[in-house]
Amino acid sequence: MSMTSEGGHGAVPTGPEVPVEPKAATARRDWPLYEVFVRGKRGINHVHVGSLHAPDDEMAVHAARDLYTRRNEGVSIWVVRSADITASSPDEKDPMFAPSGDKVYRHPTFYEIPENVPHM
Amino acid sequence: MSAPTLERPAPDEAALQEQFDATVSAEHRIEPRDWMPEGYRKTLVRQIAQHAHSEIIGMQPEGDWLLAAPSLRRKAILLAKVQDEAGHGLYLYSAAETLGADRADLTDKLIEGRQKYSSIFNYPTLTYADVGVIGWFVDGAAICNQVPLCRSSYGPYARAMIRICKEESFHQRQGYELLMTMVRGTDEQRAMVQDAVDRWWWPSLMMFGPPDDDSPNSAQSMAWGIKRHSNDELRQRYVDMSVPQAEVLGVTLPDPELTYDEASGHYRFGAIDWSEFKRVISGDGPMNAVRIARRRAARDDNAWVREAATAYARKHAS
Amino acid sequence: MAHEETVYEALDHAHSDEGHWAFGTGFDEPLAGVDTTVPEGVDPADLGEYCLMLGDDALVLAQRLTQWITNAPELEEEVAIGNIALDLLGQARLLLARAGSVGVLGRSRERATESIPDEDALAYFRDPDEFRCTALVEAENGDFAHTMLRLLAAATVRLAVLARLRESRDPVLAAIAAKGVNELTYHRDHAARWVLRLGDGTEESHRRAQAGAEAVWPLLADVFSATPTEQRLAAGGIAVDPAEVRGEVHAVLTEVLGRATLTVPGWPADAPPRGRLGEHGPELAELLDELQGLAREHPAATW
Ligand SMILES: [Fe+2]
Ligand SMILES: [Fe+2]
Repeated sequence: MSMTSEGGHGAVPTGPEVPVEPKAATARRDWPLYEVFVRGKRGINHVHVGSLHAPDDEMAVHAARDLYTRRNEGVSIWVVRSADITASSPDEKDPMFAPSGDKVYRHPTFYEIPENVPHM
Repeated sequence: MSAPTLERPAPDEAALQEQFDATVSAEHRIEPRDWMPEGYRKTLVRQIAQHAHSEIIGMQPEGDWLLAAPSLRRKAILLAKVQDEAGHGLYLYSAAETLGADRADLTDKLIEGRQKYSSIFNYPTLTYADVGVIGWFVDGAAICNQVPLCRSSYGPYARAMIRICKEESFHQRQGYELLMTMVRGTDEQRAMVQDAVDRWWWPSLMMFGPPDDDSPNSAQSMAWGIKRHSNDELRQRYVDMSVPQAEVLGVTLPDPELTYDEASGHYRFGAIDWSEFKRVISGDGPMNAVRIARRRAARDDNAWVREAATAYARKHAS
Repeated sequence: MAHEETVYEALDHAHSDEGHWAFGTGFDEPLAGVDTTVPEGVDPADLGEYCLMLGDDALVLAQRLTQWITNAPELEEEVAIGNIALDLLGQARLLLARAGSVGVLGRSRERATESIPDEDALAYFRDPDEFRCTALVEAENGDFAHTMLRLLAAATVRLAVLARLRESRDPVLAAIAAKGVNELTYHRDHAARWVLRLGDGTEESHRRAQAGAEAVWPLLADVFSATPTEQRLAAGGIAVDPAEVRGEVHAVLTEVLGRATLTVPGWPADAPPRGRLGEHGPELAELLDELQGLAREHPAATW
């Protein structure tokens, strides 16, 4: 068993015996993923700070305030469903034709996949 | 709005690999949509997910004292700390999700025992001194582990760590301050502190993982810039940091072989019982079953709450 | 890289005080620097007693909410509940310290060593019959729906009281209330959002939310009848007569439940005060056993 200490609060196994790939279509039953943008103070732009899960927009913005600003009222927050973001990266020469080059993450599994699609 | 399916030249893997290697060796960050070797991605998902699990399971040992904390100030400090750990877990799951993992799925893997968390959280917290010692030892060890991760080659992980590290050092100071207060208290309290130190010292050394010659994947992780120092280096740094702190506190670390080595400038310490470590990490520690059962109950007993919110959102979608 | 650091620095800067980010976690004496002179014409015993009422409500509800930590339906909710509990704990500390500073310590000082601060003497060394919280906060949590219905009711009552208390002639109470109003608004809204989602969610969540409402509503009987202490203080411009907020509370709760498609349970008739006079059910004794056990085991210890 390969163990590495660089798992924060203590060593954890990091060998191939620990599975990482998601099961098929698990994302559906979970709350959707939201990206959180925060403007820490006046005069600067909103900056992406991370993500969270919430059942809807209203809950998302409140959870974002709790989590990313510890309920600091002086901070402006945007939340947006991750799936609603269209993205391109500097290295993509041909985004127009890239098959899935339009999502925030390189390996998006958070899209809804019908239950009857095998081995997704 | 699907684009026409036109022929594209096949991606040049070798060029992509070269670019990835150049980015890492220049100490620039790899970002979620960059090309990355599959092994890099998988190793990171494993590492970040299990780091996140450790934060979340790590809420429990100290959380067990929340209701009984012996002063209101201590209760507030502990509640804030346990809440911080929930935040750490969330930041880390969020980083794992940029790599295509799914939090609910990772939680399932934790509960099913297929992914692990730090073995340190499988020991029970027997007295309130354990709260202080966890802050001092466990958060202290976490700092040794995590500070180098602020320079991890993977951007989202490194950024999460910057935030987390600030809070960990706060936790360590809070824990140490509790112990300072306790050793200035009654004889009984001093005995509690020493007893907690005796029980947590060796497990805290094990937090850094097996000796380097027993960690076959470390070299690759170092090359990828997701591991910065070897297990033994970090452990040594932790021991060197802890011994003088123990002296100030007036407690004895339970290792008769602990001595200062003038020549190297390091403290030498006794042999670690790795059989215990292996037993605990593979599920046979004193509290493994309890920790997982609680996490499972939180997921299963409240599934109806999550479903209700989803149903409401569907009904009220504009 | 520089860009991210800017935002984190800005966030850090926005709450760089030692209190970190959570009210009540600071290292200072809670009332340090506040003028604690008792306003003219006020009986300190009355004032202290009133602080115990408000302080015990906050302490006991914080303890109930804390029971959810590590057991909440989602990690985001762990953080939210933790925030609310921390706010209430912070309010409790200020109010208990205020009671102590005007000399209202009950029998706690017979047991607590001198080195123990007033807030802890009061929290840890009073028996249940000396606690002044109402039945609304001491009842057990039940499931998540029940917990949110109770939080909705308790936060609505407390918000209405604190909003008026900002005008109190006692500067300490007025200051605590001013800070508390922002917090309570957040607590009430959080609970209301959940009640909407659970009431109008699935069949199961609706059933559970309705059951929660049925369990919580009768507890409101203990909330609105003033004790003689409250009446005296209200007449002197120090306290709020709880009867005064009954209508507002009723209107808010009725609106939220209606929008949540829940049936509003029958409003209970006011009963003579019980909790405020120290009459409690066995749930409070159990809760206090757990809260106080360790501190009482080591009465000479310092923490
Ligand atoms: Fe942490
Ligand atoms: Fe920590």
